[in-house]
Amino acid sequence: MKIVLNGEPIEINVTTLGELCSIEGYGGAKIATAVNGEFVAERTRAATRLSEADRVEIVAPRQGG
Amino acid sequence: MLDKPKIHNPAQSSAPLTLYGTEVRSRLLLGTARYPSPDILRQAIAASGAQIVTVSLRRESARARSGQKFWDMIKGLGCHILPNTAGCFTVKEAITTAEMAREVFETSWIKLEVIANEDTLQPDLLGLVQAARTLTENGFDVFPYTTEDLSVAEKLAEAGCKVIMPWGSPIGSGKGLNNNFGLRTLRSYFPDFPLIIDAGIGAPSHAAEAMEMGYDAILLNTAIAKAGDPARMAAAFSEATRAGRTAYEAGLMEQRDMASPSTPLAGTAFSALNDS
Repeated sequence: MKIVLNGEPIEINVTTLGELCSIEGYGGAKIATAVNGEFVAERTRAATRLSEADRVEIVAPRQGG
Repeated sequence: MLDKPKIHNPAQSSAPLTLYGTEVRSRLLLGTARYPSPDILRQAIAASGAQIVTVSLRRESARARSGQKFWDMIKGLGCHILPNTAGCFTVKEAITTAEMAREVFETSWIKLEVIANEDTLQPDLLGLVQAARTLTENGFDVFPYTTEDLSVAEKLAEAGCKVIMPWGSPIGSGKGLNNNFGLRTLRSYFPDFPLIIDAGIGAPSHAAEAMEMGYDAILLNTAIAKAGDPARMAAAFSEATRAGRTAYEAGLMEQRDMASPSTPLAGTAFSALNDS
């Protein structure tokens, strides 16, 4: 399945957002997620199914003004 | 032997500031971006005495995990965290970013930025009010980055904001208070509402001027981060902010158009008796 992760097109064989986070190496990281512009809480990542062309954002704390 | 007179330090007796039920003594809020290194950022925050620091969210690489390192450092400072929605150009982006920030930073505080223009980083005031209303309804404590526009401030207050943060001048410009009259008007119109100058402050004198005007606090980043010696500049801003607040509480004299002698004229040598 082709999706866009943090602005980069990738091809990956996953069913849910939880799986994506795990396979991409974010396990245990301090992150937040959104799919197609909608916030997805940590507790619902495992149940959030991904579809072709979904746009996934994975963000983390950073310096800010 | 006479007792030594007690030295009264008025700068330390300024009233604390309460923001959404949280009381802080420092009236200087600090951004954490653009510092030469994490160590210098740490030193600057310590020197500033700031109790509230702003942070953001950015795309994370699983390999680098930069976010985790930054978070570990910021947590160690013991400051209140104020996440921002910097870089958001739509209401939707700002709301989603706020929701992500609430989960990651475990706070309902959000510094709400909805940007209208890339060159000026001017806030989109219509979008700001809309986003503020939605976020407030969803349990956020919104710190809106706005202009000095009075009608927008009224709308933000109606939307449930308990703090309003007008810019001094555009973000990162260092130009100080661009519309002195508008800022004074806003302060007069909201005498008991926490108002924080956010953005555009370039020098400690700008901070002191805003505090003398009665603003409750100053939020700044670039003027310290890009100083030759950020820690020393942070100390300078801390002193200026305290001095301005103390002066405001002490009550500034009224300005006059004409001179008024400070030395009494009565008894001046060589003056005619009937002049004295």
